[in-house]
Amino acid sequence: MLNKRRFIQGLFTLVSAIICVLIGLALGFIILVVFSWSSYSSKGVPYTVGQVFSTAWEQGFKRILLGGFYNLGWKIPTRSLLLRSEICRIAPLLMCGLSVGFAFKTGLFNIGAAGQYTLGAYGALMCALILKLPWWACLLASVLFGAVWGAIPGFFKAYFNINEVITSIMFNWIGLYGVNTLMYGNGKSVMYNANESKVWKLVNKNASAIIPDMKGDGSTLFNKVFTNPSTIAVFIAIAVAIVLYVVLNKTVFGYELKACGYSKTAAKYAGINEKRNIILAMAIAGALAGLGAGLFYLTGTEQWNPQENTALPAMGFDGISVALLASSNPIGTIFSAIFKAHIATGGPKMEKTLFPSEIADVISGTIIYLCAFMLLFKNKLAARVFRRSRKPEGEIKK
Amino acid sequence: MDDYVIEMLHITKTFPGIRANDDVTLQLKRGEIHALLGENGAGKSTLMSVLFGLYQPDSGEIRKDGKTVHIKDPNDANALHIGMVHQHFKLVDVFSVLDNIILGAETTKYGLLKKDEARRKVMELSQRYGLMVDPDALVEDISVGMQQRVEILKMLYRDNDILILDEPTAVLTPQEIDELMEIMRGFAREGKSILFITHKLNEIMAVSDRCSVLRKGKYIGTVETKDTTKEELSRMMVGRDVSFTVDKAPCKPGDTVLSVQGLTVPSKLHSNNAVKGVSFDVHAGEIVCLAGIEGNGQSDLVLALTGLEKASAGKIEFCGKDITHSPIRKRALAGMSHIPEDRHKHGLVLDYSLENNMSLQRYFEPEFESLGFIKQKKVHSYAEKLISEYDVRSAEGPYTIARAMSGGNQQKAIVGRELDRRTKLLVAVQPTRGLDVGAIESIHKEIIAARDAGTAVLLMSLELEEVMSLSDRILVMYEGEIVGEFDPQKVTVQELGLYMAGAARQDISAASDAAARGGIANA
Ligand SMILES: Nc1ncnc2c1ncn2[C@@H]1O[C@H](COP(=O)(O)OP(=O)(O)OP(=O)(O)O)[C@@H](O)[C@H]1O
Ligand SMILES: [Mg+2]
Repeated sequence: MLNKRRFIQGLFTLVSAIICVLIGLALGFIILVVFSWSSYSSKGVPYTVGQVFSTAWEQGFKRILLGGFYNLGWKIPTRSLLLRSEICRIAPLLMCGLSVGFAFKTGLFNIGAAGQYTLGAYGALMCALILKLPWWACLLASVLFGAVWGAIPGFFKAYFNINEVITSIMFNWIGLYGVNTLMYGNGKSVMYNANESKVWKLVNKNASAIIPDMKGDGSTLFNKVFTNPSTIAVFIAIAVAIVLYVVLNKTVFGYELKACGYSKTAAKYAGINEKRNIILAMAIAGALAGLGAGLFYLTGTEQWNPQENTALPAMGFDGISVALLASSNPIGTIFSAIFKAHIATGGPKMEKTLFPSEIADVISGTIIYLCAFMLLFKNKLAARVFRRSRKPEGEIKK
Repeated sequence: MDDYVIEMLHITKTFPGIRANDDVTLQLKRGEIHALLGENGAGKSTLMSVLFGLYQPDSGEIRKDGKTVHIKDPNDANALHIGMVHQHFKLVDVFSVLDNIILGAETTKYGLLKKDEARRKVMELSQRYGLMVDPDALVEDISVGMQQRVEILKMLYRDNDILILDEPTAVLTPQEIDELMEIMRGFAREGKSILFITHKLNEIMAVSDRCSVLRKGKYIGTVETKDTTKEELSRMMVGRDVSFTVDKAPCKPGDTVLSVQGLTVPSKLHSNNAVKGVSFDVHAGEIVCLAGIEGNGQSDLVLALTGLEKASAGKIEFCGKDITHSPIRKRALAGMSHIPEDRHKHGLVLDYSLENNMSLQRYFEPEFESLGFIKQKKVHSYAEKLISEYDVRSAEGPYTIARAMSGGNQQKAIVGRELDRRTKLLVAVQPTRGLDVGAIESIHKEIIAARDAGTAVLLMSLELEEVMSLSDRILVMYEGEIVGEFDPQKVTVQELGLYMAGAARQDISAASDAAARGGIANA
């Protein structure tokens, strides 16, 4: 009978997340209307309110909502590169979200997902381009590189009590410039293609490193949608999310990790090796982010640009918002990653002369901001519903 | 007509799954000390939190000086000069005492803190009421007794004249309790009104003017303390007669289970050692009690025994094996259980459900684990078993989040968990802290049952009554050393007091101490 209450609580979390999303979208639309209105008024020709709204909708908001389905309408997507590239983004976002969320469940704030992601990308590309390994081995390498990069701040936290946020931020930059230097190698690196001034395309150097897709004979809708760049990567990522959910909620390991996250002192009292757990948790978080990079760069579309990549990969930070929106729940993260990938794909498709594509970021920014209030929503909602449902019940009992 | 400062009329407060206060009425006279009594989970803390604005009642009315008031949050309470010391203190550990006192009520000038003025006021209050504190010490470094004084100063600093004290004496030593009661009488003489929660009937008899009793959320009645007895109070509270004496068979000590030799533990507070080369044995089937005034090294000794702190010298032998440097888990597996002093810091993962807390020491055992997975059904039924055996009351049974349980029930959960393991050694620190008389009675019985079943029990308690009635042997600690060993049958409380205060010292233990120290030097 009481598990019902649990279930309702979970429902509240979901409902409040959806409320956040809706408010974020509404705000995005308002901003689009303002932009649209100001562009009309600056033209100096007469216009109607209807026009303002319809431009904001047709040229802007609708495209965000459509995301990868843009220029297909709501019709079945037969051959949409856009949709496929949207799907291609889900895997890395999901992995970075899982990385942040997992660390968070164990009481750590992994702001280093970006750096671990960078290292993961290096691991994957290095194995693909230098060692000429097949895709699955490259993926393993990305996991390994990410794990090491995550474990180091974990180590400092466990043994020297240095805040993981500070070390992670430093390791983000060390990772980025280190990887850039290695990949560029003064222009002489095997990985570097001087003509394109980017890292070599996988197709040209080692096609076996590209994650397989579901193209088949291309006859069914499924085959069509899961054709490169959308590969089996997204399924791998979803599988990892499910495994993570099980690990956190059903296993001894998850029990210990969460105990450490909630109370380090009580965990210590219970004989849990909290130092080992901190390092492990950070290593796993790093492995997840690293795998995210592997799943993205091994699709063969994205090329690393070691000379111009002087900003940390946004994926790592988007992971934070993806995790927040899902309250760090691995299953919820699947959906928040899909959502984020969706509006990020639609954003740049808006009419560029009218609307800056960053409005998609404004929307997700707003949503994250609201997520902080989510707890508040949730408690308010719970208090309301429970008070109402309790009263008569209590009367009968007494 | 009586002069009531505070009236709480027909207060009802429900939490999901439980009605914590059910039509409770409480009237507080000006200048009185009003005790609030009730079993663990009866709703005392909840009622006081309603008065302090932490919870909103579902229905009912609060009046101050006869006028209806709405207390929406602690700031409102403050404006009405209502202050509260919580059952579990709410201090910022890494702030100094002074900063904690002025926090939220800072006097500022051009947005800058006027700390000098604040310091003057704090010191003046501290002098006037005999509440000695070190304003510059960090809260994490000071004893609970001093933290308590800081909490009281916090109320005084805000010029509160209605003082709510939620189990202030649970964490204090007998001496400190006497001091606190004297301070409370002083407050009452000045016209301040006090609401005082305690489970110790002696204190109610000694200090209060009236006493109100709650049972299972309901108001039972209010009595004049001078017209009542301890027996009547406990009957009102529990609904049956409670026995205050402990029956136990004579102790039959068996093999040595724990042997401590020359144990030295560094102090966190000062450069001196907290425990200085202590040696003693505990045998199967006996209850050995470490008595002493708080801060004389007993806590540090226990932390070193259980592995939460490191010993700097000496040796701990457990069932013949050296465990001085063993990790905590290894000690637990070897058969040591531990009821910790601080239930929030160590005893519970507050955000875990009760069932997950009940298996906190056993989740990895085959009974609860297979192939790395937790058998949640087993965890659940085990928790249900402990809950009924130890009468742990909560709103939602095994699913209750530990944080939402009453302090006493949290304690019962921990005690049940540790006793049920039926280990070779039970290290129990203040096992009955915060329990009501009925619960104390049954926990004492359980501890004695464990002893009779052959468990060696090392008990640390600040309460001399408990020490005298439970133990088979008493070791008195003073300034990190064992200064006396007694048979509770042959010693008086007064005598113990002398040793605890350092006014007397036995030669035997001093000699064995010296021998142990020599032993280390040789090694
Ligand atoms: N925040 C909360 N959420 C849910 N239930 C709560 C909460 N606080 C208290 N309760 C429930 O209300 C009941 C009364 O708790 P309360 O803390 O008032 O007891 P108490 O009389 O102070 O007991 P104790 O002597 O053990 O401190 C308990 O059953 C407890 O489980
Ligand atoms: Mg209480």
